Amino acid sequence: MSIHTSDYTVELTSDKHATSEPARPAIIDVRALSRRFGPVEAVHDVTFRVGEGEVFGFLGPNGAGKTTTIHMLCTILRPTGGQATVGGFDVVDQRGDVRRSIGLVFQQTTLDDALTAEQNLRFHAYAYGVPADVRERRIDELLNLVELAERRGDRVRVFSGGMKRRLEIARGLLHRPRVLFLDEPTLGLDPQTRRRIWEYLAQLREREGLTVFMTTHYMDEAEQCDRIAVIDQGSIVALDTPVALKSAIGGDLITIATGDATAAASEIRERYRLSPIVTDGAVSFQVAEGGTFLPEFVRTFTQPLEAIGLRHPTLDDVFLTLTGRQIRDDAGNGSQSGSKGDRHD
Amino acid sequence: MTELYRGAWVVAYRDLLNYVSDRFRMVASLTFPLLFLAIFGGGFSDVIGRMAGGVDIVQFMYPGIIAQAVLTTSLFGGVSVVADRETGFLREILVAPVSRTGIVLGKVVGATAVALLQVLMLLLLAPVVGVPLDALTVLTLVPVVVTLSIALAGLGVLIASFAPSREGFQTAMWMLVFPMIFLAGVFFPVDRIPLWMEVLSKINPVTYGVDAVRQVLLGSQVAGAGLGVTVLGYSMTLVQEVALVGVIGVALVASASWAFGRDA
Repeated sequence: MSIHTSDYTVELTSDKHATSEPARPAIIDVRALSRRFGPVEAVHDVTFRVGEGEVFGFLGPNGAGKTTTIHMLCTILRPTGGQATVGGFDVVDQRGDVRRSIGLVFQQTTLDDALTAEQNLRFHAYAYGVPADVRERRIDELLNLVELAERRGDRVRVFSGGMKRRLEIARGLLHRPRVLFLDEPTLGLDPQTRRRIWEYLAQLREREGLTVFMTTHYMDEAEQCDRIAVIDQGSIVALDTPVALKSAIGGDLITIATGDATAAASEIRERYRLSPIVTDGAVSFQVAEGGTFLPEFVRTFTQPLEAIGLRHPTLDDVFLTLTGRQIRDDAGNGSQSGSKGDRHD
Repeated sequence: MTELYRGAWVVAYRDLLNYVSDRFRMVASLTFPLLFLAIFGGGFSDVIGRMAGGVDIVQFMYPGIIAQAVLTTSLFGGVSVVADRETGFLREILVAPVSRTGIVLGKVVGATAVALLQVLMLLLLAPVVGVPLDALTVLTLVPVVVTLSIALAGLGVLIASFAPSREGFQTAMWMLVFPMIFLAGVFFPVDRIPLWMEVLSKINPVTYGVDAVRQVLLGSQVAGAGLGVTVLGYSMTLVQEVALVGVIGVALVASASWAFGRDA
């Protein structure tokens, strides 16, 4: 039974400057950042701050402006408006300093697959001027962390997608950056590998106090962030902790199937004072606490029930509520129904 | 300044690492000059016999073939820029705290080092083709080859900066390489050919590189014997030729730096 969630009431601030503030001093400070490509404004007036040690997520569909934003923060794309600092350095005027303070994992692989894992890491160490005395130790440590120590002498060409991604994360950390940027770090990876990558990130954060800035369109990944900015069509439409975002859109969603949907809807409206909606013969309505409401409902409802569904709100619902569209692009199957505004950046 | 230096060395290091870890490419890059020498030399030597100055066609062609190897290797050095763009590795280089000019210099240095390696391997053939070699000859040859290689690698990176794809780059290269080789005095002296060819040959900077290599390997008397390059009746000396190629090289490398860094 499909459950429709479009009946959630909008209570979130749709203010484009919606800002919850980080708990710790800001390491990324973005003010009214914009990027225009000809007539298209890929990122529009985006403002937010990320605290030191925070895992901050950018959640939005493909083409929402996530990658464009990350590219501006990483100094490889010039903003056409606004300012941003990373680690206290301006992303336009102090590019060299910004680059030394950040590690990067792009959406597409950026390894030299003719070289070995170790050679790729060493190239990076040279390019970032990692001192010779700590270089080899760092390489060993990181290869162990991402469980590639035994494959260090193999050419990257023979690596799987997950191994390449792990190597890139190790590489991104080699010069001890203060912020790690991850653009869709688990795109196209299988669930086990995705989980492993999250485990590494959690470890790193604990051990090194690393700040992580990531973009994703996976809800379960966004759930793991301390705070998320929901971005759609170039603007931030909401910014808060996952819990706060979900609770802001209301309570749990109950969907029931009965023989007569119209009669069921009217009983729910009159007896329970709720606002049900009918879709495809199913009746959905929202209550504050689904778990305690359901037993009472089953006992008192007079019509024959065929099925009952209870669902807590997800970030998907948050996105839907805020934008009127679904975010999903379900992991790898390529279906992008519902995300009509797709625009690749 | 450190960002320039570090960029240059790290990029050159990696291009060299790729070259030496690719045995196939190493061998393949030598077959072309050897084929030229064997086929053209073997085919023409009976027909042509001794040339002016007492050199035979194989001796005449040998320095040209060396210059041709430098030309091909250096120009195609730019292919790594295009290939890196396609594989995504270019992005790893571009986000590193190194300067764009440093990256271009690294590509040029890498291609030049590879070209020099090839020249040293081709020099092993000198006794076979009857060209006497001594330490001084080899030492004189190095700056000549380096200068020519820098100029052509600069041109390669310049073209690569505009090339949309590896295929596009390679097509453009072959369109350039063939006229540059055939109108450079590799196979025949450029002073005794139809005027239109002579004009094109003398605009081609490779001509001066080929002649410089020839003057080093066969001695400067070949220029006097009418096998050298004259511009409007004036016979170019070795130093003048190297200086000319060097000036063109500086201009090409500078243009390549501009072209490569233009979207940043």
